[in-house]
Amino acid sequence: MCGVPGPPPLIWGDKMKEEMMEQYRELLTSYLKDRREDQLYAAQQMSKWMMEQKIPPEEMVSLHAEAVKRQMPDLPEEVHLSFDLLIEMMIGYGIALREHDSLINKQKELDYEIEVAVGMQQTLLPDAPPQLPQLDIGVISVPANRMSGDYYNFVNHGDSSIGVALSDIIGKGIPAALCMSMIKYAMDQLDNPSGPSEILRRLNNVVERNVDPSMFITMVYGVYDSSRHTFRYAAAGHEPGIFYHAKKGSFKDMTTRGLVLGVTKDTRYREYSLSLEPGDAIILFSDGVTEARIDGDFLGRDRLKELLRAHLDQPAQQAVEAIYQNLYERAKYNLKDDQTILMIRRKNDRDLIV
Amino acid sequence: MNVTIQEETRSEQVSALVVSGEVDAYTAPQLREKLMPLCKENREIYLDLSRVDYMDSTGLGVLIGAYKQLRSGGGRLVLTGMSPRLKRLMKITGLTEILDIEDGV
Repeated sequence: MCGVPGPPPLIWGDKMKEEMMEQYRELLTSYLKDRREDQLYAAQQMSKWMMEQKIPPEEMVSLHAEAVKRQMPDLPEEVHLSFDLLIEMMIGYGIALREHDSLINKQKELDYEIEVAVGMQQTLLPDAPPQLPQLDIGVISVPANRMSGDYYNFVNHGDSSIGVALSDIIGKGIPAALCMSMIKYAMDQLDNPSGPSEILRRLNNVVERNVDPSMFITMVYGVYDSSRHTFRYAAAGHEPGIFYHAKKGSFKDMTTRGLVLGVTKDTRYREYSLSLEPGDAIILFSDGVTEARIDGDFLGRDRLKELLRAHLDQPAQQAVEAIYQNLYERAKYNLKDDQTILMIRRKNDRDLIV
Repeated sequence: MNVTIQEETRSEQVSALVVSGEVDAYTAPQLREKLMPLCKENREIYLDLSRVDYMDSTGLGVLIGAYKQLRSGGGRLVLTGMSPRLKRLMKITGLTEILDIEDGV
């Protein structure tokens, strides 16, 4: 029973008690005489007021007992005495009520703390995709509940290159969010980031040393060089991205091999490279997307590609938002996992002419 | 969404667990409770996953936790009977490279 607050503050002084008594006695007397609806309503109003004043139920019974005694002194002694028993019985209800109130308060505090954490988590994510003259980048990340286990980041790799990371932390909610802040700060510490495989190797060592044995993180890290239009990438157990080849109008699964972060020390990650022609696009996402349940079945990569095709003519940001919206609707507004979609497109030459 | 786990001890050193159903965020703790106490030194654990319809990352986390525990004590975790879907998950996460995976039961 710990955490139950003590008795209510002493607002229930003698003078007030006497006033309440008189009011209640009047109400009781008039009701016994007329038995009208509005008198019952007045009793309801009074009870509401007493609850607001945190007057416990046993006090209410005691008020009634006293009013009866004053109004009908000739009742048999047993009737008056019986109220003593009722008051004892009501004390338990009073305690339960205070316990309930205290739980509600705790719940409110917890809600508030989570709200603050949600806000802090938002600050871990970059504000907006970076602007590079020949690239169109769009990203959306929506948690299934309030806190997310998905993470993405953009990292500056010098003048014409941009690094992107997309990560899925095992589990959801608060533990995942805590882990996310570790990843974010580990990434901030990567001064002089070389290439994707080196970055994953270093992050793996951080995660391996610092997390619970059954915790792990998947990540794809890529560097887009906008002077050569190559995308070098490596993955740590992350769902492979999709490459869109504009000229052929076809999709290709991006080859990836690599162990999730946090399992073994000194894991090596293989690096891959893609060349992008104008209009080509790279789409990275978390497995919440392909595993969204649509009509009882997983969305899967094929249906994701269909969805991508339907939105490829839009600017990247509009496209990822539209794809998410479509998924959300088809999943009957009930997505069980966090959803992150990131699209990088090399602009068409015609879009570059201003 | 339920999971059932049957345990059979084959010898002092070898245990086998048969897992059926879905292993996700809700049921993974049940698997962890059964599996972790078995992960003692030099122990060999066979995990039959042929009746697992679905496993998410939380389930994988349990397997990784068990793998690490056994590895540090000279033991071994062997996964058997995985569905193509599960095999794909193991491949993507790179776990195929480090876990012992056998086709038969």
